[in-house]
Amino acid sequence: MLSFVIQRLMQAAVVMLVISAMVFIGVYAVGNPIDVMIGPDATQEIRLATIHAYGLDQPLWQQYFTFLQRLAHGDFGRSFVYNTSVLQLVISRLPATLEITIAAVLGAALLGVPLGMYAGYAPHSRIAKTIMGVSVLGFSVPTFWIGLLLIFTFAVNLGVLPAGGRGDTATVMGVEWSFLTFNGLTHMLLPVVNLALFKLALMIRLARAGTREVMLTDMVRFARAAGESEWTILRRHVLRLIAIPLVTVFGLEFGSTLAFAVVTETIFSWPGVGKLVIDSISSLDRPVMVAYLMLVSLLFITINFTVDIAYVALDPRLRARKTT
Amino acid sequence: MSAAVVSPWRMFLGEFGESRVAVVAVSLLALIILLAVAAPLITPQDPYDLARLVLTDARRPPGYVGSNGFTHWLGTDAQGRDLYSAILYGLRISLQVGLIAGVIAFTLGASLGTLAGFVGGRLETLIMRIIDLQLSFPAILLALVLAALLGQGKWQLIAALVTAQYAYFARTAHGAATAERSKDYVEAALSTPLSPARVAFRHVLPNCLPPLIVVATVQVANSIALEATLSFLGLGLPVSEPSLGMLISNGFQYMLSGRYWISIYPGIALIVLIVVINLVGDQIRDQLNPRLKR
Repeated sequence: MLSFVIQRLMQAAVVMLVISAMVFIGVYAVGNPIDVMIGPDATQEIRLATIHAYGLDQPLWQQYFTFLQRLAHGDFGRSFVYNTSVLQLVISRLPATLEITIAAVLGAALLGVPLGMYAGYAPHSRIAKTIMGVSVLGFSVPTFWIGLLLIFTFAVNLGVLPAGGRGDTATVMGVEWSFLTFNGLTHMLLPVVNLALFKLALMIRLARAGTREVMLTDMVRFARAAGESEWTILRRHVLRLIAIPLVTVFGLEFGSTLAFAVVTETIFSWPGVGKLVIDSISSLDRPVMVAYLMLVSLLFITINFTVDIAYVALDPRLRARKTT
Repeated sequence: MSAAVVSPWRMFLGEFGESRVAVVAVSLLALIILLAVAAPLITPQDPYDLARLVLTDARRPPGYVGSNGFTHWLGTDAQGRDLYSAILYGLRISLQVGLIAGVIAFTLGASLGTLAGFVGGRLETLIMRIIDLQLSFPAILLALVLAALLGQGKWQLIAALVTAQYAYFARTAHGAATAERSKDYVEAALSTPLSPARVAFRHVLPNCLPPLIVVATVQVANSIALEATLSFLGLGLPVSEPSLGMLISNGFQYMLSGRYWISIYPGIALIVLIVVINLVGDQIRDQLNPRLKR
């Protein structure tokens, strides 16, 4: 087990290194960053001085090495646009993204699992068919388009919910949160629904497939023979059995929801990390792009690493196969 | 089967015809493709001929009779373009990008996957590790990053879409090729003087096609959706080649003032296209899935 963990850890480190090299070459070496930093009418001396100050006259491998060294110290450089430390900038935007992401994933699970279980329990009922129809839409309609429709319906036509922004925030431990004020909650509703729909469709499908399978087993037959009510069977037995794969997907999806938040945040002008990175792409703010890419890669590698280890820890068959 | 010989193609089509939803979907898809291909012939206006755009006709609601004399059934956008014409031209671009990206991703992914499954050993481990790693990142994030790094342009966008999607084909082809590899006909073919490459691509690959075709339909729909998303975020095609996603994006700012048609109609076109492709894909999957065969 320990050798497996070490092996995986080393792999993760190598992957992180490869990604950092790709990000470095992609963001810094392609195109000329100097043109973004100084105006076209700058004199030759200023130009040379800037190139020297940023170390752009060094060979590429040396620039990369310096870049790695600074990363290791947690120094992502300064944003060209905001002129603040990039790490601080990203961290200051993180709570906004986290609150809609967590709300969306939780909402999708709390709503999707019961709906999916019902669709799996009574697969031929009209309600089940409606649920599945909606889930097909959730899968195939692009997120940004659902966001537009939500704004059009609830903000423009009905005028009941705000179209964008975070609204009032309450400060807890130096961090601003929207979900603590009523106004903030109304601002959160549409982005969260938008972000949750795809996950909801996924949860419904998984829960339905699992429930259909479990309902056919002898266990359910015996439970019925023992006189347990259908409700108890679903809650006590079926839910517990389908919970394991659902929890795994739940964890994995958390990461991809963060990625999808880019789209939702742009539509609803939600000032989170995703909006920050889209803005930085259009204003060519390279340090912010690099910091975002590195942090997201780190997040995904950590999630995958954890899932790998958890699988092996839980499943002895995998353990035997992987160590040989 | 009572008939003496029924070609598998025939059988496939016959079975396909039994599903009413699938037939409707396929007909709609054919209609959409036809409309897109014939766009210059059936639209009242070339939306990208700037000389023919009249700015006083901008942002008019559906049914407005423009100064050119024809009726804008779906209204006009901020530049005074007839939306019906713009949508058909946008469909052309969306379909084109989706198909080209799909075909390249299919070819690249299927070759890599077959190669890995067929050769095995170190090469297989290396290829599949890279692909697994890539699959652990969401496709949208990958495409977003690449589109940002490569800059705007049709081919840059296609490159980003291919990179985001070839891994799904490779994964599928690898699974199928590994299963085929252990079958007797492969052993037999290898014992003849045929080169292993020929066996891999002429004998094994065709047998891996059914699952790949299923993935392909889903992925073409996905790459159209992904392209629209990227264009919406301003990272897709240049303004000179507005796809459906860009039309939607252009109309977004006017939506808040109640001019819904600039975004809504291109959006409906996009949704119909994606849903129709997915429905056809669902039917193909059900038919090619051996587990559902009676």
